[in-house]
Amino acid sequence: MTSREQILANVKANQPALHPLPEQFRFTSVFPDIVQQFMDILAFVGGKAERVSDYEAIKKHIQEYYPGMTNVATTIPELASLADTTLAVTDPHDLASLNLAIIEGQLAVAENGAIWLDERQLPQRVTPMITQYLAIVIRESTLVPNMHDAYQRITVNTTGFGTFLSGPSKTADIEQSLVIGAHGARSLIVYMLP
Amino acid sequence: MNQLNLDHATASAVFNKNEPRVDWHDETLWFVRAKRDRAAALIPEWEDLREAASQIKNHVLSNMHDLLVQFEENARKNGIHVHWAANADEHNDIVLGIIQKTGANRMVKSKSMLTEECHMNNFLTSHGIEVIDSDLGERIVQMRKEPPSHIVLPAIHLTRADVGETFHEHLGTEKGATDPQYLTEAARQHLRDTFLTRKVALTGVNFAIAETGGFVVCTNEGNADMGAHLADVHIAAMGFEKIIPRAEHLGVFLRLLARSATGQPITAFSSHFHKPRPGQEMHLIIVDNGRSRQLGRTEFRNSLKCIRCAACMNTCPVYRRSGGHSYHSAVAGPIGSILAPNLDMKLNADLPFASTLCGSCSNVCPVKIDIHDQLYKWRQVLMREGYGTTGKGAAMKAMATVLESPRLYRMAGKIGRGVLRFSPAVAENRFNPWFNQREMPAPPSESFRDWYVKNKKS
Repeated sequence: MTSREQILANVKANQPALHPLPEQFRFTSVFPDIVQQFMDILAFVGGKAERVSDYEAIKKHIQEYYPGMTNVATTIPELASLADTTLAVTDPHDLASLNLAIIEGQLAVAENGAIWLDERQLPQRVTPMITQYLAIVIRESTLVPNMHDAYQRITVNTTGFGTFLSGPSKTADIEQSLVIGAHGARSLIVYMLP
Repeated sequence: MNQLNLDHATASAVFNKNEPRVDWHDETLWFVRAKRDRAAALIPEWEDLREAASQIKNHVLSNMHDLLVQFEENARKNGIHVHWAANADEHNDIVLGIIQKTGANRMVKSKSMLTEECHMNNFLTSHGIEVIDSDLGERIVQMRKEPPSHIVLPAIHLTRADVGETFHEHLGTEKGATDPQYLTEAARQHLRDTFLTRKVALTGVNFAIAETGGFVVCTNEGNADMGAHLADVHIAAMGFEKIIPRAEHLGVFLRLLARSATGQPITAFSSHFHKPRPGQEMHLIIVDNGRSRQLGRTEFRNSLKCIRCAACMNTCPVYRRSGGHSYHSAVAGPIGSILAPNLDMKLNADLPFASTLCGSCSNVCPVKIDIHDQLYKWRQVLMREGYGTTGKGAAMKAMATVLESPRLYRMAGKIGRGVLRFSPAVAENRFNPWFNQREMPAPPSESFRDWYVKNKKS
């Protein structure tokens, strides 16, 4: 008997009688101002939100916020003029010197500041972690209140990989002192288009 | 830090020798517990969420066989190589085999309590494979040759000065440096180089989705992603109980997990892996290692609902004052104490006694495991199976004899009061474990019964 057969046989013999799935496992969250809620919680998790009117405003903000930055890449055609390098590499190691990645977010969650990204936004999966700084552009219309709503909207396996990203990478492993920028991006700005 | 051979009480006594440090440890964990409370209070439906999570997990336990088969089939369709390991040795052999096939002799790893349970690092090292832990806390304890003392905060027992010293020795940081920002930056540089040069990466699994054949890995540092997305071969290891039926159930679990663990609304990265990236190889190892046996223990199977948030540890008055290493088990604290006896009853017979049975663990558990009830039930099983200490067994028997007989009980009370009054040294000495951290009570002049007989109106 293989280990697979042995394990499955033991499981079958030992599992209890079928217990039905609960019917109630999706809940609604109500926020007085969903945009404000998202911005507040993003600040709480160490990110920063900027409401902008159009791509020109994003360009201007990035030029002021990261003056003279090189090794900038974006997947957004409207912001192509900011980029001096590309995310379209076949070997992810080629992104090692990336300083700033500007990508689109598919959907954003107000309760926890999470933004869903899959391979349609990420030509390389490692992009939002390997870059030193990260900027994500979202549409306010994609905001949903909570994670139940998010899973109703997305399909987790449309592509081979997807992630909910909430704020920059962080750690509190040294005496519970929060440090932003553990292994992933050292900062996150989220630009919110109407 | 070699407490691994001591039982919980003895190791706790060692830990408690440095009182200011114990107070600091206690307060640091209580701080995390308080953050959990604030996060939970922001969710009006928190209790309903816990109930939903509990019910989903109850379903999972009852439908485990079919869910595992469904998961395996879908994962294979996604191009993931699925392996099954009946025990720790088989798990370790599978990992070694995969690494050797690639020709690599080193690997980067993100947090996986399962590999701690299997003692995988030591095994791989003894076969010439270098393993670098990439979670900051795990890297710190790895450099110090210690096991993690907490499943979410592996280095919670160390101060910034301890970390500064360790990094000075291993990473060449300035002597005496204690700034967490500076120390984290040093680790970032060191581990970035590791991520960029390793061809094999191993991660744990937080949730495996039967419906889609994918799995979710949650980190704050982004270390699991950095390792997996840069490696040619990604190995993910999971205990079979990590399975959930559908992706939409993640809505429940991801809302509960980080809030229960650290008070964050969600971890920085909740990554859903379904297919290897082009050119990559992805392996998933499904491990039993005693879990199917635990599934068959009616009173203890609920422990398999655990999502490893560690809320029960942060709230536990015993854990906070005894430290994770005193539990001599990969998973410490209350949940570890109900999981460990299943792995080895004799070796872990002390752990269910490392509790006051106050019930705080059960109250904070996001999947409503009856942890303190199980601790109590394990005590009965362990005594029955003969794993209790002889002293405890004899004392219980003597107590039962005394309590059964009113005459003996009255006599014992009289002797006890007399002894405490006239020769307290008989009770107040180091051979009486009750006296170790306590003052004996002042003896009353008479028993309640004597008082009652004297004063009752007749």
